[in-house]
Amino acid sequence: MTAHLLSAGLGLKPQHFDAALDCSAPGLWFEVHPENYLMDGGPRLAWLQAIREHHPVALHGVSLSLAGPDAPDPVHLRQLAQLAERIEPVLVSEHLAWSRAGGHYLPDLLPVPRTAATLARLAANISRTQDVLKRRIALENPSHYLRMDQHSWSEPEFLHELVRRTGCGLLVDVNNVHVSACNLGIDARQYLDQLPVDDILEIHLAGHSADASLPGLLIDSHDAPIAAPVWALYQHLLARTGARPTLIERDGNVPAFEELMAERGTATTLLQETVAAPQEQTA
Amino acid sequence: MNAPDARYYDAFLQAILEGHSNDDAVAALLAQPAFAVYRNTIFKGCVDALVANYPTVHRLVGSAWMESAALQFARHHLPRQASLIAYGEGFAEFLRTVEAVRELPYLPGVAALDRCWTESHLAADQPVLAVAALHTALEAGQDVTLVPHAASRWHHDAQHPVYTIWSANRREDGHAELAPAWQGEGALLTRPHAQVQWQPLSLGASRFLDACRDGFSIARAAARALEHEPDLDIAAMLGLLIQADAFTSFY
Repeated sequence: MTAHLLSAGLGLKPQHFDAALDCSAPGLWFEVHPENYLMDGGPRLAWLQAIREHHPVALHGVSLSLAGPDAPDPVHLRQLAQLAERIEPVLVSEHLAWSRAGGHYLPDLLPVPRTAATLARLAANISRTQDVLKRRIALENPSHYLRMDQHSWSEPEFLHELVRRTGCGLLVDVNNVHVSACNLGIDARQYLDQLPVDDILEIHLAGHSADASLPGLLIDSHDAPIAAPVWALYQHLLARTGARPTLIERDGNVPAFEELMAERGTATTLLQETVAAPQEQTA
Repeated sequence: MNAPDARYYDAFLQAILEGHSNDDAVAALLAQPAFAVYRNTIFKGCVDALVANYPTVHRLVGSAWMESAALQFARHHLPRQASLIAYGEGFAEFLRTVEAVRELPYLPGVAALDRCWTESHLAADQPVLAVAALHTALEAGQDVTLVPHAASRWHHDAQHPVYTIWSANRREDGHAELAPAWQGEGALLTRPHAQVQWQPLSLGASRFLDACRDGFSIARAAARALEHEPDLDIAAMLGLLIQADAFTSFY
């Protein structure tokens, strides 16, 4: 996937199917969670294939549990490979998180201590996934809510090391960086500046919200428009990376398709300005 | 689980499910108020999936009751698969154990039909029965075996008019003003033209499909059906099932 092919895309919602199918905006692409399409057949899969005939589609997994205690579930991985064969996605991505343990699946992106043991297992799980899918995947930085004392690496260093060991790329979720920075008291710009810029394959943008009962805590809720500080961080990142495929996620309070397209228009403008302006020199 | 730090994952899982931890590292996480974000997200994910997969039950009991029952189910039956599109197998049986369901005894049957819809919707694509070839075989006196289509689901409730209640409430524009004859009912769900459709199914026809699924020939399946419904018109029933695309092939 290169910046020449894709500009800004949208997370695909079932209620926008007809509008998405008909839309011919240049460079538009869509992203879906493969978990919603891991069935044997039927109308939902046909629906995704119809979209794919009109637009590039990326698969953004939320449940491979790459940072979990076990290797990726072989059945899940095989189904994912079959879906990728069928859809021919422009990119497959996953998270630096876990969600499966003891035979249970916990539908969330759970945190891990960034230790040598976690690093080794993650690297093995990413390599296994890339081998089965026969493609490079991108790994996304998660949102953080908890302070953890056991870390041996900062997250950018840890991600960089995973890139070195596995050849994977990165999906930088700028909203997650902002949410984590606010919740943990780290410097978001410094975080972005430490990421290996050439390995950033995709950028995510989304809205967040304040937790209803815990003052000061931000939740990566995907239920609001992208906030001003996140747009500012996005511009800061683009100055380093140059134009990169950028995806807007919206999962709650989903507005009309046109409203999401307007938000996408803002991202497209920033991407075009990035192409027009010379990039910052990076080390 | 062979990881040297496997204890962390077990302890985290215990902290989510039981709200305490003997592991110092996880106890330090649990002590932070924000740990609730993970617990809430996990159970909300399960509850949302159950609400989505049992829309008719949801419509009949309302959000508060449904979410409470779904949460109770999720605590005892966390998902086993990473995809939640089919989460909730066993929810109908679970409802039978819920005390409040005594006032809505038809609810487990309605849940069973919601489950039939989900399974039909997600099933593999298959060709439909070659009807002309079947006629030729039957006219030649062969006793063939019919194979139900991957997307065919059926359910018969011995006591409650679950088809009438379910079909009136499955769609968002449905209404609940019903006065059905209070007797057992069944339903057949199939997926012709890539859309799940449904129709009532008699007890005999339901037993006929059970027998087909179990590999019995048409003659033996018909005998089984007649045991349960002596007045059943086998030819008419077969015509209805074929027209609904209930079968994929015969041998």
